[in-house]
Amino acid sequence: MKNYNVYAARLTPSAENFSPGHRACVGCGETLAVRLACKAIGNNVIISNATGCMEIVSTPLPSTAWRVPWIHTLFENTAAVASGVDSALKALARKGKIPDRGTKVVAMGGDGATFDIGLQALSGAMERGHDFLYLCWDNEAYMNTGIQRSSATPFGAHTTTSPSGKKSYGQHNQKKNMPAIAVAHNIPYVATASPSYPFDMMAKVKKGMEMPGPAYIQVLSVCPTGWRTQVDQSVIMGRLAVETGVFPLYEVVNGKYRITHEVEKLRPVQDYLKPQGRFRHLTPDAISQIQEKVKEDYAALKEKAA
Amino acid sequence: MKKTDAEMTWQDFEIGCIVTEPGSAVAYRTGDWRSQAPRYHFEYCIKCGVCAVFCPEGCIRPNKDGHFEADLYHCKGCGICVHECPTGVIYMVEEEE
Amino acid sequence: MGKKIGIEVSMAISEAAKLADVDVVAAYPITPQTHIVEELARMVADGDLDAEYIPVESEHSAMSACLGSSAAGARTFTATAGQGLELMHEVLYVASAMRLPIVMAVANRALSAPLNVWGDQSDMMAVRDTGWIQMICENGQEALDSTLIAFRVAEHPEVLLPVMVHCDGFYLTHVVEPIEMLEKANVTKFLPPFKYPLPLDADKPVTMGAFAPPVIYSETRKAQEVNLRKSKAIITQVWDEFHKVFGRKYRAVEKYKMDGAKTALLTLGSFGETAMTAVDNLQAAGQNVGLLKLRLWRPFPFEELKAAVKGVENLIVVDRCLSTGGPGGPAYSEIRSALYGEPNQPRIFGYIGGLGGRDVMVSEFENIIRQVETKVKTGAAQEFELFGVRG
Repeated sequence: MKNYNVYAARLTPSAENFSPGHRACVGCGETLAVRLACKAIGNNVIISNATGCMEIVSTPLPSTAWRVPWIHTLFENTAAVASGVDSALKALARKGKIPDRGTKVVAMGGDGATFDIGLQALSGAMERGHDFLYLCWDNEAYMNTGIQRSSATPFGAHTTTSPSGKKSYGQHNQKKNMPAIAVAHNIPYVATASPSYPFDMMAKVKKGMEMPGPAYIQVLSVCPTGWRTQVDQSVIMGRLAVETGVFPLYEVVNGKYRITHEVEKLRPVQDYLKPQGRFRHLTPDAISQIQEKVKEDYAALKEKAA
Repeated sequence: MKKTDAEMTWQDFEIGCIVTEPGSAVAYRTGDWRSQAPRYHFEYCIKCGVCAVFCPEGCIRPNKDGHFEADLYHCKGCGICVHECPTGVIYMVEEEE
Repeated sequence: MGKKIGIEVSMAISEAAKLADVDVVAAYPITPQTHIVEELARMVADGDLDAEYIPVESEHSAMSACLGSSAAGARTFTATAGQGLELMHEVLYVASAMRLPIVMAVANRALSAPLNVWGDQSDMMAVRDTGWIQMICENGQEALDSTLIAFRVAEHPEVLLPVMVHCDGFYLTHVVEPIEMLEKANVTKFLPPFKYPLPLDADKPVTMGAFAPPVIYSETRKAQEVNLRKSKAIITQVWDEFHKVFGRKYRAVEKYKMDGAKTALLTLGSFGETAMTAVDNLQAAGQNVGLLKLRLWRPFPFEELKAAVKGVENLIVVDRCLSTGGPGGPAYSEIRSALYGEPNQPRIFGYIGGLGGRDVMVSEFENIIRQVETKVKTGAAQEFELFGVRG
């Protein structure tokens, strides 16, 4: 270690704006994502949060785990509330009623709140061009209410509303391509991220903060409770998702795609599926189906990024 | 002495039930949830801080010797840090009563 | 004295929002509210109003954007009607429980199905329990005045509650009336700048919208209930202040030719204008009938109502909404409940009509009074009935 004096990890801000004492499950990958995102967004923010795991575990009256301004109202309106905050800050600063501190609005919601019930509000906010960063904590189901499927649930996954049974292999549909929907709104910044790659994630969050206009980042949030994985494997599972090509890490800056974590040779998808109880029921056929789709999608992504 | 939720009366709330003390959740001892606890071979610790990055609780901080150590008041014993430590400092033991 | 001009009532409502110098307007169009939001858009586009105009993609998002805006400390306004009010139903409860002083004009409209865009009070009645302060306007002057008053009441440090200003769709929103405008200098005197005590502010972080498990929820509800009831005294105070500055006095229950009246009609909204003519006609013919007009719907003015019906033997409540399969007209049923057990309680009769924008003539009010006289003579049961329905 002759020329390097500092480990990169030590450059991470130590302040915890998402404080310990929250009631998340043991080994929750989503809280790790939130915690790291909070380090990248800093103090000069206002967070609009949807109903969901993170909202519940962080704010049981009369306490809060948040050390930045934070508002939760309903499930499907995070982006609409964020629009209101953004417009208020603009109007108040312009009319000289508050100093223009450039406070950024950050909206947070799970995949249910983003892909399904909150899609309209998000689409509207992106179309109107509000200045906000939307962080989607994608744990691939409605986890807080007990693991029901969402349109982010991957093909073949077992959830309580897409269970595997004698007549079903689990989720019948493919995961909705939400980043593509965001890109279709022509917003300046769209990205995928994972807390298993913390520096890539924090850099993307920072970028989303700094670019004016709407930004959307989808963060794969490993949920040991819902995915039926070992609680100590959450970071490892996130890496497997990326290394198998199931959840590639990329960003889209003004419509231009770039893969931010190149994987030379994708690991077999089986490596990612095997440790997860929600995929335990899959036949070899189903797994090869999944493998084919991952290969196809990854190739298509590489083309876009070429 | 702060009132618990079961002790609060209807007059005790701020308008709209706004919570004005940031991070007041720290008072809650999530360490009670543990079934396993981390232990350390600090002689291998290179003080890189990687474990602190990956802790979902955010409860790993440098101790008085500069070694990164979990605050057992909050540590839920998930064991993620065991796998992320590059030099194998951390191991889990069964939590005694 | 402000200038009296002929102006469409919708425009007058927008004018009030402009005079109040709102900071943020969330706007989603729905008949018959469209003129209100269109006028506001024009004002912003021409630089007459400095506000952020958010053309949201639904009414649910309109009220949600208002939540965020108000929580950030901005004076916030929106307007809706009928289906739109219903679409934002769940958000209304949030606005009041979170004590956000949003002001909303409602162009009262019938609810589907069948689709009907015309005026009745079904939308207003559907949101009775949402915890908002609710005022009802009878004419254009009241619409202008009440919208401005709404900001003063909503933002009062001891109130901090959202306020709805109800105007019958088309019957009030689309008519052109002679209205005395409000002078800016007087508005400034009457309406202080908005200062939310605990806004979302990076310098002083707060958490809004924490969740309440069973052990604590009831206490939060009581706190909200107490606050809404206490606001009545402040509303009356603000009406007094308005009177001092602008010369017009409002009260929760207004009386028209009630001196010695043994029979009284009670109306909400624009019905009052028609009913007044019926009362004039009948009084000219020697009958002792009067009219009560309910201006404050929530918090319900129990004391004022009891005082207003002292000496009245027959009270006829005319609703513009039907509580299907239930106690008849919502106002009728609430008034019956409010007066139950009162010493010398009047007989109370309910009439429901004008639904879906059907016009109700002066003669129909006169008819109703005649019918009630017959009912009283024959000792008929005190019930409600739909009037003006064919078949």
